[in-house]
Amino acid sequence: MRIIKYGWAMFVVVMLLVGCATQNSHVLSGGSAVELRSFQTRAFDTTDKHKMMRTTIAVLQDLGFIIDKTDEDLGLVTGTKLSGYQIRMTVIVQPRGEKQLAVRASGIYNNRAIEDPLPYQDFFAALEKGIFLTAQEID
Amino acid sequence: MLFLCLFVLSSCVTLPKDAFKLSPTSLEDRQLQSRKFTTLDNKLLLSAGASVLQDMGYTIDESNTALGVLTASKQADATDAGQIAGAIAVALLTGVMTPTDKEQKIRICLVIQEALDEQTSSVARITIQRMIWNTQGQISRVERIHSPELYQAFFDKLSKATFLEANQI
Repeated sequence: MRIIKYGWAMFVVVMLLVGCATQNSHVLSGGSAVELRSFQTRAFDTTDKHKMMRTTIAVLQDLGFIIDKTDEDLGLVTGTKLSGYQIRMTVIVQPRGEKQLAVRASGIYNNRAIEDPLPYQDFFAALEKGIFLTAQEID
Repeated sequence: MLFLCLFVLSSCVTLPKDAFKLSPTSLEDRQLQSRKFTTLDNKLLLSAGASVLQDMGYTIDESNTALGVLTASKQADATDAGQIAGAIAVALLTGVMTPTDKEQKIRICLVIQEALDEQTSSVARITIQRMIWNTQGQISRVERIHSPELYQAFFDKLSKATFLEANQI
C-alpha cells in the first residue's frame, strides 16, 4: 500500500518536473534556422532609415494593419491585422554597411510564427512598390 | 466527419494566401481613410488627433511624432438587440442559450505622412479594428471596421480641432 502511495507521489513530482522542462524549453526556442532569417530579410540601396520606416508604416496600413509600436532608434515598427484571424508583424530597419539598409520582418499568425517564405515575399513585394527600390535577397 | 475536423483544424493554422497581398480595393480604401491637410506640422495634427480621441474616451497606447503615428483604444459595449432576440428565440426552441456578443475593444490608428504631390500638405490616414468578446468571455470576432461614414465623422472632428480644412486626396 505504502509503495503505491509513494509511487503516486513520485509520479506526480516527475510529471511536474517534465511539465516545467517542456514549458521552459519554449522560452528561447526557435531562431536556429538561418534559412528563416534569410527569407525574413531584404537589403535596400538606401540609407534613409526614417523614410524606410515611414514607408513600412504606410505599407502595413495598406495591408490592413494597425501600428502598435514604433521606435526610431531601434528602427522598429510593430503592427496587428485583424481579419477573422490575427497577424502581428515586427519589422526592424537597420543600417547594413555604409550604403544599404536591411529590413527584417517576422510575423505571428494566430500565435504561431510564420515560417513559410511566401508571405514574406508578398510583404517585401508591397514594400518595394512603396519605396520604389528593389528588395535584394541577402545570404 | 474526420475530413471536416481536419479541414477545420488546418484552416486554423494555415495563413490565408492573400494576407500580405494588396487587395484590389486597397487604393480606394486608402482614399476613403485619408484626408489632406494644408500643414506640415505633424505635432499639430497628432495632438489634435489625440484630443479628439480623448474626447471619445480612447486611451492613447502609442505615439511617435517623428514618424507621425498615434494609436488609441477603448473598451465598449457590443450588445446587439437583434442578436439577443435571435439567441432567445433559439433558446425557446432548444432550451440552450447561445452566447451573444457582449464587449468590444476598438482600436484606432492615425498616421500622418507628407503628401507626395504637394510639398505643403500632409495626409492623415486612419484605420480602425475591433475585437469582440461574447457573454462567455470568448473572442467571437476580430475584424477591421471599414465605414466611410465613421472616417468622415472622425475627420470632421479633426478638422474642427485643427481649424484646418480636411480635403479628399
